[in-house]
Amino acid sequence: MSEPINFEDELRRLEEIVRALEGEDLELGDALTLFEEGVERVRQARDLLREAEAKVRELGDGVA
Amino acid sequence: MGGVDLFTPEMADGALSVSQLTRAARRAVEGGLGGVWVVGEVSGLKRYQSGHWYFGLRDERSQVRCVMWRSDNQRLPAAPADGTRVYCLGEPTVWEERGEFRLTVRELLSTDVGGAWQIELERARKALERDGLLDPARKRRLPRFPRCVAVVTSRDAAALQDVRSVLSRRWPLAEVVVIPTLVQGEQAERDLVRALRAIARTDADVAILTRGGGSREDLWVFNSERVARELASAPVPTISAIGHETDVTLCDLVADHRAPTPSAAAEHAVPDRLEVRQIVDHLARRAAGGLERRLRLARERLARSGDRMSTACGHQVALRGERIEAFAGRLDALSPLRVLSRGYAVAQLEPDGRAARSADQLPPGTAFRVRLADGSVRAESLGPA
Repeated sequence: MSEPINFEDELRRLEEIVRALEGEDLELGDALTLFEEGVERVRQARDLLREAEAKVRELGDGVA
Repeated sequence: MGGVDLFTPEMADGALSVSQLTRAARRAVEGGLGGVWVVGEVSGLKRYQSGHWYFGLRDERSQVRCVMWRSDNQRLPAAPADGTRVYCLGEPTVWEERGEFRLTVRELLSTDVGGAWQIELERARKALERDGLLDPARKRRLPRFPRCVAVVTSRDAAALQDVRSVLSRRWPLAEVVVIPTLVQGEQAERDLVRALRAIARTDADVAILTRGGGSREDLWVFNSERVARELASAPVPTISAIGHETDVTLCDLVADHRAPTPSAAAEHAVPDRLEVRQIVDHLARRAAGGLERRLRLARERLARSGDRMSTACGHQVALRGERIEAFAGRLDALSPLRVLSRGYAVAQLEPDGRAARSADQLPPGTAFRVRLADGSVRAESLGPA
């Protein structure tokens, strides 16, 4: 994972996708595209939640 | 009220025993006064093996014997020296064995140290309040999913271990930046100000200021106005957890959030990944459900379209059929065969079957066919009739 994921944005986008999918007026093709995007985002989020390991560093004297 | 009852009827001679008297006096004193603040000068303080303190408290004219039990005095850094002016919160009582009026001291503030601190604390609190730093409306919301958490605390303290273990268990996605600082002693105030200022130089989007439990004096630096102001001006939302739940310092009042313990501070700072996992799973189920419904809708619509199409086709076919029938009728009316059926016949020339329109076309000896309604016969012209 190169880009650090922003969970706030991630969940907001997922919520958007779900609302659109639950709505009435969506072209089937768009629905499938959105669904694929949603699946990918869910997969990434799950991977992150599963694999993340805490990074701890101490602010050195030079910096602090 | 257990007042002094000097006239107990059981007493034949009307006299009280000494025990009765001292007990009655004790009841009267305890019932009548309760907890009071007394100011005076310490004299003849003795510390016993048990840890209890016995001393006198006096002013120019009077003195009272005082006891401060170990359980109460162990919170104090040291016993006050003789001659120290102190404020005592005590409960007046009578020591029955000696018939002695006495003060049981619960809290002791030296005007030299604690008392002065208390006064300074009150002054600092008012100053912060005046500048609106204690205003609840000022409190910032904590980020829901912080990407970096700054922890300002003593490097070796158990508090840091607690914070780190909670952060990595709940939300390992966040980077943790520890900003070590002194948390007690003469250098602590300056060092804390420096550490709090360093928050701005990190990527932190939330900061925790914490210190484990300790005596009032140990925690005192967190009542420093300078430290509190520095915390208030932190560029990101702050969580303060100083000492135990019952200790409330100025830093706790100024921080955007107050937590009772270092672990609780860490819990406030980050979400629990298991809960977030559930949210993600829920969204995934909803997305799948949404798509499923959308597909079903599409299938139904398709089926309906198919039905409508075949209905429409059938209609078109029927329409065309009718028109063909009409043509057929008109054709029929125009058919020469209809004429023949009325008894006419047509002479058809050989070999192409063209109809003869003139007698000249049939000189004698010409073979031709006569077409009748139900068939043809061969014929030969015998000449003009």
